[in-house]
Amino acid sequence: MAAYIVRRLLFAVVLLFAVSVVTYLLFAALPTDPAALTCGKNCKPELIEANRVRLGYDKPLVEQYWRFLKGIFVGRDYGVGQAAFSCPAPSLGYSFNQKDCVSTLIARTFPVTFWLAIGSFVLWMIIGVGLGVVASLHRGKWQDRASTVFSVIGISMPSFYVGLLVLFTFVIWLGIVPFPSYVSPFEDPVQFLQTMILPWMSLAILNAATYVRLTRSGMLEAMNEEYVRLGIAKGLPRRTVVRKYVLRSALVPIVTLAGFDFAALLGGAVITESVFSLPGLGRLSIRSVSDSDLPVLVGTTLVAAAFIIVANVVVDIIYGFLDPRVKVV
Amino acid sequence: MAGAPLLQVDDLHVSFHTPDGDVRAVNGVSFTVEAGKTLGIVGESGSGKSVTASSIMGLNRIGTATSTGRILFDGEDLLAADDEAMRRHRGNDIAMVFQDPLSALNPYYTVGDQIGEAYLVHHPKAKGTEVRERVLDIMNKVGIPNPTKRVEEYPHQFSGGMRQRIVIAIALINNPRLLIADEPTTALDVTVQAQILDLMQTLQSENGSAIVLITHDLGVVAETSDEVLVMYAGSAVEQTDVHSLFNTPMHPYTLGLLGSVRSLDDDSRGQLRAIPGLPPSLIKPPSGCAFHPRCAFSGEGGAPCTTEFPQLLRVGSTSTFSRCHLPDETRMHLGAQAVEG
Repeated sequence: MAAYIVRRLLFAVVLLFAVSVVTYLLFAALPTDPAALTCGKNCKPELIEANRVRLGYDKPLVEQYWRFLKGIFVGRDYGVGQAAFSCPAPSLGYSFNQKDCVSTLIARTFPVTFWLAIGSFVLWMIIGVGLGVVASLHRGKWQDRASTVFSVIGISMPSFYVGLLVLFTFVIWLGIVPFPSYVSPFEDPVQFLQTMILPWMSLAILNAATYVRLTRSGMLEAMNEEYVRLGIAKGLPRRTVVRKYVLRSALVPIVTLAGFDFAALLGGAVITESVFSLPGLGRLSIRSVSDSDLPVLVGTTLVAAAFIIVANVVVDIIYGFLDPRVKVV
Repeated sequence: MAGAPLLQVDDLHVSFHTPDGDVRAVNGVSFTVEAGKTLGIVGESGSGKSVTASSIMGLNRIGTATSTGRILFDGEDLLAADDEAMRRHRGNDIAMVFQDPLSALNPYYTVGDQIGEAYLVHHPKAKGTEVRERVLDIMNKVGIPNPTKRVEEYPHQFSGGMRQRIVIAIALINNPRLLIADEPTTALDVTVQAQILDLMQTLQSENGSAIVLITHDLGVVAETSDEVLVMYAGSAVEQTDVHSLFNTPMHPYTLGLLGSVRSLDDDSRGQLRAIPGLPPSLIKPPSGCAFHPRCAFSGEGGAPCTTEFPQLLRVGSTSTFSRCHLPDETRMHLGAQAVEG
């Protein structure tokens, strides 16, 4: 088991390396000059040249990449003399637009995305799996139809629309919560919850839909299993049969999907963060795209990729625990 | 209640509602089983034998089935019992062995957990050590080697025969008074089949349980049963003791079944004699006798086979009941002829 995890992690590192090469090359191929973006419109060519040297964009591409890679492990120094500054390891580059190290920017925005992801994840798993179970136990009855309506709405509505709808309903129309304005939960827990409840809800509505369908079909499929009949024939109460026999079988694909969905969310919920003006990773990415802030874009892409790759390993390991027939070694 | 049978089924009807119409799976089946005895229920696929079995277990309650009649277990009508009363019987004094051991065990739990669970649900106050002792004891009894180690293993780590032993262990852990075995050996190798049947008989003689054995294998019936019920299209067509069934079969369908079996001392060569045609639709059964479209003797001697549904009547002074219009003498003659070869 330990050997398997080590092997998977080593492979994950190789994969991340490959992702970094591709992302770096892709952005280097863009027809924008990062050095030219370091100062405003009325920039003198000499200043652009000086910045180019300072940031290392005068070097060949391979060397640029090598410096980038080295920076991740040992940090990176820019310029010499008075104007010198450094980004400590793990350095992902320097954003001249935001005048800060990329790693600092990510470290500042990530907690917002993390809270957003974890809250909505818990909410959508409870709603999605719960409704799916209810629907499957009342197949064809109104509970089933109601959950179908819910999931069709959730699947077909675009996220910016759900976000705006929630915002309008609860802030403007009902006026239950104030307009979202992010603070850290350690600073002001009440305002934090008031801000987060709406984005949590809208992400939960969007994501729960898939889980309702998945849980319902998994449960109905499991109900036809012969071992469920044996569970009933043992004289087990209905609740035990549902939990230990039916839901347990339906759980494996749910957990797999949940792992990936959660990881994808950690990479930043671009639209939801924008709608609720949450200063998270998604907002950072979107801003770096519109500003052609290449170092930030490379950094956020790599972080998002890292979450997906780690989720892959974690899901595989959990899979081995969930289904005893799967040997992960 | 001395002398009263442990299980008495009276005029059981079961039908399932489907979009195509009602499937009348069981049409007025009656039988009794005494403690320590084995009743064999024989028939083709779709003859209603498995539905009869699951009715006794109350497994048809979930879904779209309608059942009428009475199923008296030790005097209590199981069809009229409420869900909770039925749940207390299930796996406790009425237990069932399933057909396919490969799919009957929950793949996500250890076999120890699954056997123990069957004990614990009917003995909620039992301590962990007591449950474990019971589990190891029953695993020993059903012949699973090295139970202390294997109790921690998962179903997929066992062979088919061993898994059926586990299914039997689950059924027997509460010493049921009535055991329903739904084709317990169909999915197993022939050599393992004999072991499993031996095992069930040994445990029956130890506990004095009654067994209802569902099978399509006449060899299994000959080896294990005391009484036999032959089912066709949801009805009993012949009901008798095991010796009479093999020595003096009285229904053309039984004759057909016997004819399609080859015994070791059979010196006839060539093809097996199969019964022509297919089992009838249970949504729209044939008029008259359900077997008449496949019967070689249909209408013989002016019998109203195509128009009248025959009654289950005693044949002459024998102990056999049979559902056939043909005159008794004709059938006795045919039966004797068939058995002699």
